[in-house]
Amino acid sequence: MAVLEDVTSPPATGIRPRGVSRRERWQRRLPLLPALVYTIVVTQVPFLVTLWYSFQSYFWNEPGGAHWTGVSNYKEVFTDPNFRSALVRSVTMTAIAVIVAMILGVLLAVLLDKKFLGRGIVRTLIITPFLIMPAAASLIWSGPMLDPSFGLLNWLLEPFGVHHVAWLTTHAYGSVIVVMVWQWTPFMTLIVLAGLQGQAADVLEAAKVDGASAWATFRELTLPHLRPYIELGVLLGSIYLVTAFDQVRLMTNGGPGTATTTLPFYLYQKVNYAFDIGGAAAAGVVTVVLTIIVASFALRMFARVFQFEEAK
Amino acid sequence: MTAITAAGAPSPPPVTDRRARRRARELTGQAGWTVLGWVVGIAFFIPVLWMVITAFKPESAAETWPPQFTFSPTLSEFRLVFSGMGPFIEHSAIATVGSTIVVLVLALPAAYALSIHPVGKWRDSLFFFISTKMLPVVAAIGPLYVIALKAHLLDNIWLLIILYAAMNLPLAIWMIRSFMLEVPGEMLEAARLDGAGRIREIVEVIMPVVSPGLVSTALICVIFAWNELFLALNLTVTNAATMPMFLISSVPQEGLYIAHLSAAATVASVPVIIVGWIAQRSLVRGLSMGAIK
Repeated sequence: MAVLEDVTSPPATGIRPRGVSRRERWQRRLPLLPALVYTIVVTQVPFLVTLWYSFQSYFWNEPGGAHWTGVSNYKEVFTDPNFRSALVRSVTMTAIAVIVAMILGVLLAVLLDKKFLGRGIVRTLIITPFLIMPAAASLIWSGPMLDPSFGLLNWLLEPFGVHHVAWLTTHAYGSVIVVMVWQWTPFMTLIVLAGLQGQAADVLEAAKVDGASAWATFRELTLPHLRPYIELGVLLGSIYLVTAFDQVRLMTNGGPGTATTTLPFYLYQKVNYAFDIGGAAAAGVVTVVLTIIVASFALRMFARVFQFEEAK
Repeated sequence: MTAITAAGAPSPPPVTDRRARRRARELTGQAGWTVLGWVVGIAFFIPVLWMVITAFKPESAAETWPPQFTFSPTLSEFRLVFSGMGPFIEHSAIATVGSTIVVLVLALPAAYALSIHPVGKWRDSLFFFISTKMLPVVAAIGPLYVIALKAHLLDNIWLLIILYAAMNLPLAIWMIRSFMLEVPGEMLEAARLDGAGRIREIVEVIMPVVSPGLVSTALICVIFAWNELFLALNLTVTNAATMPMFLISSVPQEGLYIAHLSAAATVASVPVIIVGWIAQRSLVRGLSMGAIK
């Protein structure tokens, strides 16, 4: 039975940390410290260094090392149209992919919630795209699936009047999204399916007895019940997809032109092709600031989704 | 005539008849769902299937129009892949297993300190960990490169172990904590009344309850570490290059390569697919950070 748990609730023992002795407090803290210190050092220090380099001119292919340039890197970032369009592209790509994956996920979850022959196997088939290494998925789609001269998709679509479409050049943006959706629909399906299976059977039975149509039952009862699951799926999916890099790098390399250059790929290019550590750092800082703004909303949503109760 | 009388005086059909009809309707309904389910399932699986099929083709049969479905299967591409992937798969295994061990060693006590005997600001700690997952590591990639260079960790497998551990740690803490919350309070109470110290409490009461959870946590960490490309691509060259890097290297600048690529992609993906199939039941819980049971 799947239940959306209040994972942020205090444990059953109900022991309050308040009113415990100093020694006891440290005894409690001790097991947490290694993980806390580790996370701070490994995840926060690089961002501090990023902040430092964002005020430096540092091209690592040139001799001389780094030197202070003030805010000129930032000026460059804010006047660079490529940065702005990469930012917008990242947001729209993530939004489209997450929404489409969620719609498909709900449909597939409803399907998998029905009893039918071989449901377990079908479930296994459907989750497999999520497990495939993203690098492998990207390369398989760009080659054997989407190639204009021998790709399977063109062959499958030929009866519908599609002839040797060069998907990655004419529909690059859509192709990248298709692969993202293909990989993330299973994730959404699993989360929504857990929600469906957690729905009380007697409520649905009562609705049926009352003569409610299947669609009305779904809209009025099931969807509201699924809401926290859908929110959780959208939130986690967005966190992972907004940093998705493999598909862009391996399918289109950001192109044609900059048609699929997302923020992660933009930053990658700045470091690897322009050797511009300072510029990349400034763009990184701007990205992080924007992320923090979005993340603070996301965290609040997280807290709500997890039915996070305020401490009294 | 009979039809009219039947419609005019609708006498209820015998109960057994009605039941049989309902069962028949259910069966046709089930047949409909079965067909639809399989069509959708297979549609989703086609790219995976095509990858595996193409992997068994000779290179000349892989890039044809129309695509070939009958061919004499060959293992030659697999042989080529196996001969070339040695160091890559070794690095991937070390980075994956190593980082997962680090994660478990750090996450287990941390989850304990956030659930059984919670520290003062355990909510803040919990949300601090999850917030690090929202910071895009791509933003710090340049400086990360410089730090790695100066620490002589560039192209070193330890760097990947350290970074993958940090990547998976928040997820593991949330997940293990959710398993620890399932330890019944009475059991802890009983152990305490028995005079059990922290160590005995952990070994005798908590571990038996959470150990299946630890396995599924480890499997989730393995999946994410094994599949990671961005950090490996930026921070390794040859001495620590992992399987995703091997995949990229299997795409040459020119010549036929589709069968070879498919074989490499199959080999690279199979370990995680098998792990995921085994962990299917706990996958949901792991992916929802322990929120869904």
